[in-house]
Amino acid sequence: MLNQIMQSRLRGVMLLGLILIFLPAFFANPFHYELAIQVGIVAATVVGLNLLVGFAGQISLGHAGFFGLGAYFSGIATGTYGWSSIPALVAGAIAVGVVAWIVGRPILRLKGHYLSMATLAVGFIIAIILENERALTGGPDGMSVPPLEVFGWQLSTFGRYSLFGLEISGVQAWYMVAGVLLVIATWFALNIIESPIGRALRSLKGSEVAAGVVGVNTTKYKSLVFVVSAVYASIMGGIYAHFQGFITPDLASFDFSIVLITMVVIGGMGSTFGVILGAVVIELLPQALADFQELEMAMFGLILMVTMIFMPKGLLPTLNSVVPNITRKKAAEVRHDSTG
Amino acid sequence: MFSEFLQYLFTGTTIGATYALIALGFTLIYNASHVINFAQGEFVMIGGMTTVALTGMGMPMIVAVVLAVILASVLGLALQRLAIAPAKQADVVTLIIITIGASIFIRGIAQVVWGKEYHSMPNFSATQSLEVFGAVLNSQSLWVFGIGAVLVVALVLFFTKTLSGKAILATSMNKEAARLVGIRTQVVLMLAFMVSAFLGSVAGIVVAPITFTSYDIGIILGLKGFVAAAIGGLGSGVGAIVGGLALGIVEAMAAGYISSDYKDAVAFSMILLVLFFMPRGLFGAKVVERV
Repeated sequence: MLNQIMQSRLRGVMLLGLILIFLPAFFANPFHYELAIQVGIVAATVVGLNLLVGFAGQISLGHAGFFGLGAYFSGIATGTYGWSSIPALVAGAIAVGVVAWIVGRPILRLKGHYLSMATLAVGFIIAIILENERALTGGPDGMSVPPLEVFGWQLSTFGRYSLFGLEISGVQAWYMVAGVLLVIATWFALNIIESPIGRALRSLKGSEVAAGVVGVNTTKYKSLVFVVSAVYASIMGGIYAHFQGFITPDLASFDFSIVLITMVVIGGMGSTFGVILGAVVIELLPQALADFQELEMAMFGLILMVTMIFMPKGLLPTLNSVVPNITRKKAAEVRHDSTG
Repeated sequence: MFSEFLQYLFTGTTIGATYALIALGFTLIYNASHVINFAQGEFVMIGGMTTVALTGMGMPMIVAVVLAVILASVLGLALQRLAIAPAKQADVVTLIIITIGASIFIRGIAQVVWGKEYHSMPNFSATQSLEVFGAVLNSQSLWVFGIGAVLVVALVLFFTKTLSGKAILATSMNKEAARLVGIRTQVVLMLAFMVSAFLGSVAGIVVAPITFTSYDIGIILGLKGFVAAAIGGLGSGVGAIVGGLALGIVEAMAAGYISSDYKDAVAFSMILLVLFFMPRGLFGAKVVERV
């Protein structure tokens, strides 16, 4: 049942949309909205990262670097130079895409742990630059970012807006933006996966040498997916900057890179809806553990460790294999009969 | 001019020797199990923090050091038994996340037990520093070099002269064949994690008087060890030592001649540069990929 929903692109996205529409029924205060917006933005980033890690099998331990670059590009372009938000997001995405392409060409030749090392290094270098170019970025203290502005509209979390005659608060409006972006990000990723590009990427994960032998241009596809996932991170970074109104170099930190990759792995590598679940779990876990106070960090580490030991494939894929799936078994039997 | 250079060289080799010890720990575990242990830095932290805490309770230095090293080695063993062994079928990334989870767990406990403050530790010997051609050589640096050299010699003897050492080597070369000739590879893995934790904790203890220590010092020291191991080529012992020293020296020179804000950026650029030209590090083994 669960598996079937996930298998169909349209139904999966519709289910996601429905959940997003009905979720606010459980929100009691603006803090819940803010939490949901944050989860949504990070989840969309992780959906992009999953294309690289889950489908192409290339590890990135520096992805927060691109998120941070996107955030600072938007912040500096709109805040310091007075650009409008959308052009800043687009220009930021292009700039980060170019950076990713230039960096990606040489480092994607590396394999396994060497690739993780190189991506880690790239992320670190970006974070160090953001931290030290004080004139531009405000240094470790961070910088403030103006609210998101679309066609003359200013979207601030403190504002009040009316939509189709309905009075809504700033956080509610932001929730809609984040929700729509997450749905678009998911839809786009699912389409890439089902396209010839997606098949090429999966062949890379299976065996890079074999993919090359049967004529897949491995370098091209690896660079492409690296750029796509970096652009995802850049756009969501820019959105995040507008939402928070204040950014620090921590957005590009190694810690955040680890958080992103953890979401992918714990949710289920290669499962688009799985990694969204991963983002939800990892973002909400600290809230749930707040009662443990001092022990919060240790509990977080313990849960992470135990989950990965007992569910090495991640939450959603494990859940899928546990939920009995009679219809799928039947379908397999039918196929087996017709071929055998 | 020369004394300045010499000064940076002293600083660099001292911290580089520490990196080398941590990198050797990475190398050992990588060879035995092909796991990159992101909790390696926590052994370094445990070494330094336990020694500080125990001497603070009035225990003699030498006893504190021995207990700290034993604690770290037991932790290494526990990590292998409780976290790595049960997940043997897992992906590379999954194993990375498991060791990251373990490191967060250990750090979280350390923070509860020892607090978040920075702690200092006195030098091992009363002599504060020597002067060599106008450059100051901290007496602790000599301890770092000395202990590092002794450990390297001990490791070489361990791997070439003892049966356990040879068993680890055999397992790293071919696990199946090693098992066929009667080597208990599970025991070898435990041994590798223990020796690795031992090396890390010693590095943490000898460097504590120079850099201070705190519950979260393992993150950055562990990363530097990983960088050093990758520069040298994962799995190469010589590579780990060369990589560690090179990383330390480049960092110190960058801090001195360029800018201390960018010293880490220089270190990370160095690893990129090395990997661009030598995708398997300086001394990494060539492998043939089977399809």
